[in-house]
Amino acid sequence: MNTRFFVPRDTTALALGSDEVAVALGAELASRSLAGDVVRNGSRGAFWLEPLLEVEQAGQRLAFGPVAAADLPGVLDALQGVPGEHPLCLGPVDEIPWLASQQRLTFARAGQDDPLSLDAYRRQEGFRGLERALELGPQGIVDEVTASGLRGRGGAAFPAGIKWQTVLDTPAEQKYIVCNADEGDSGTFADRLLMEADPYQLIEGMIIAGLAVEATQGFIYLRSEYPAALGVLNAAIAGAEAAGYLGDDIGGSGRAFHLEVRVGAGAYICGEETSLLDSLEGKRGMVRTKPPLPAIRGLFGQPTVVNNVLTLAAVSTVLARGSQYYHDFGSGRSRGTLTVQLAGNIRRGGLVEIPFGATLRELLEDFGGGTFSGRPMRAIQVGGPLGAYLPEPQWDTPVDYEAFAAIGAMLGHGGVVVFDDTVDMGAQARFAMEFCAAESCGKCTPCRIGSTRGLEVIDRIIAREAPAQNRALLNDLCDTMESASLCAMGGLTPNPVRSALAHFAEDFG
Amino acid sequence: MQSDQVLAELLDRYRDTPGGLLPLLHAIQDRLGHIPPDSVPAIATALNLSRAEVHGVISFYHDFHSDPRGRHRIQICRAEACQAMGSRLLEAHAKAALGIDFGETTVDGAVTLEPVYCLGNCACSPSVRIDERVHARVSTDRFDALVAGLRGGGAGK
Repeated sequence: MNTRFFVPRDTTALALGSDEVAVALGAELASRSLAGDVVRNGSRGAFWLEPLLEVEQAGQRLAFGPVAAADLPGVLDALQGVPGEHPLCLGPVDEIPWLASQQRLTFARAGQDDPLSLDAYRRQEGFRGLERALELGPQGIVDEVTASGLRGRGGAAFPAGIKWQTVLDTPAEQKYIVCNADEGDSGTFADRLLMEADPYQLIEGMIIAGLAVEATQGFIYLRSEYPAALGVLNAAIAGAEAAGYLGDDIGGSGRAFHLEVRVGAGAYICGEETSLLDSLEGKRGMVRTKPPLPAIRGLFGQPTVVNNVLTLAAVSTVLARGSQYYHDFGSGRSRGTLTVQLAGNIRRGGLVEIPFGATLRELLEDFGGGTFSGRPMRAIQVGGPLGAYLPEPQWDTPVDYEAFAAIGAMLGHGGVVVFDDTVDMGAQARFAMEFCAAESCGKCTPCRIGSTRGLEVIDRIIAREAPAQNRALLNDLCDTMESASLCAMGGLTPNPVRSALAHFAEDFG
Repeated sequence: MQSDQVLAELLDRYRDTPGGLLPLLHAIQDRLGHIPPDSVPAIATALNLSRAEVHGVISFYHDFHSDPRGRHRIQICRAEACQAMGSRLLEAHAKAALGIDFGETTVDGAVTLEPVYCLGNCACSPSVRIDERVHARVSTDRFDALVAGLRGGGAGK
């Protein structure tokens, strides 16, 4: 068998020049008359090492990274001799400590192979969950998901089994499965990574969801900021259709499920599930009042499961390995594994999937390795633009849903954005309001007007205009936004504002 | 093909698609570069909507625009992870270097500058998207080099 070379096609790898590496590698192999196959895999999520070149020889995969096109002659020379002596050689990829110390469940396949290869997917337990789902029948599948303790991974952490049961119990001619792939939180890329590296896992999870609640049509609502993911998803759906996993007769079972990607149009609010549904219906992405729940009256007024990418993908594992297997990971009410994304000013950024229980500090130090700039860390924003800014004393908090809620923070979709000591927290608080003003759907007054007024008040505080009165005013405004907004956009925007004021008061004038 | 022929073809394609307005608007913009205001009545008729509803959707989403844009679109990420890596400076540099603000197009018609809130490249910030490609760790020098490539009439890749 030819030596196989793996060069990722993931967005971040591409953004760091992996296409150029792949092209140069092909040319270099040809010029040396060497036989070798260049495979474009997904990323393993060790973005600090991208472009990460892997070379498979004699059943072992050696890693080199970060590799530029100019490094290739040297790497190929080293492969003829003692590869470990090349300065970019990282040893066997499975032994890179940053990866080896993780516990990959949802991301176990990410980066292993060509994301569009159905054979590779099947070799690694692919479609085993679907086979089991076809045997179990609707209530059996829902029971498995409920027993696993799987909670929504989009941010709200709602138990998936309960949502599915509601949809199953609501009679309708047509039901829908909607995958929320509008991953808009800054500092998050787990959904994107999964869609680009292991799209069949998501597709399998959606088919299982369809079988569970008796829905025959699924939509993936993908943000337009993810062009590479769009290409992979569309190709994977075509591949799954051709292989009979999608269509009118899934795997010869007589059950139908159709899947389509719909692209958003640049609106953060469409990550909110009811706004997403309006957008899918071809309308402005306006938040709906609840009730009715989407599980009862969702897309086009029909019962609809709306789940995040990671939630639906995890369903494949839950069904393939059984609910107990999934439930055995985690602690308390946080079951399964924890997916976090280390982002911003971080030396070793990327995707980390580990058991629940680690503290934020362990993540930042053991995996993150400190800041990219080399300066001290000052503030960490967890959970996206609506998450609190955490000061140093709070970094010993265990990273799970309940522990974060207890300190007034939230885990959300698991984004961890690191700021060093050059950050101006007044500017960060201001941005939170500015972002809310730019992205509010405009339906409710506290969010639409409150964000603009909040921006003005923060400007006055920073300018030291009657600071005491303006702080009181801002506090009142935040109370109003929290208690009277229709959705989390207005309701949680006070989180970053208040935490910045409480913990970094010296930055406000 | 004339733009009204393109429009007619796309209206036919999406007329019966449930919730087809967003896919239709994307398709029009992909083909024509923008959504001409005089296409709104035809879109409304084809999809059985009011003109106000169509206009409302076009104006709601950041991606859609009614005016012609530059040959290339440069988006600079303004979100937190990129802020932590100096995107505010990059944004100021880009505006000064191009001589335009967000939403504007350079006089030579080469580049339209837009803000974007997250490209999902947050471990290697700051991020810039040029047409369909994302670029990582974009310093001001790197930005200038990328723009120089566009000005030569290249494909922005």
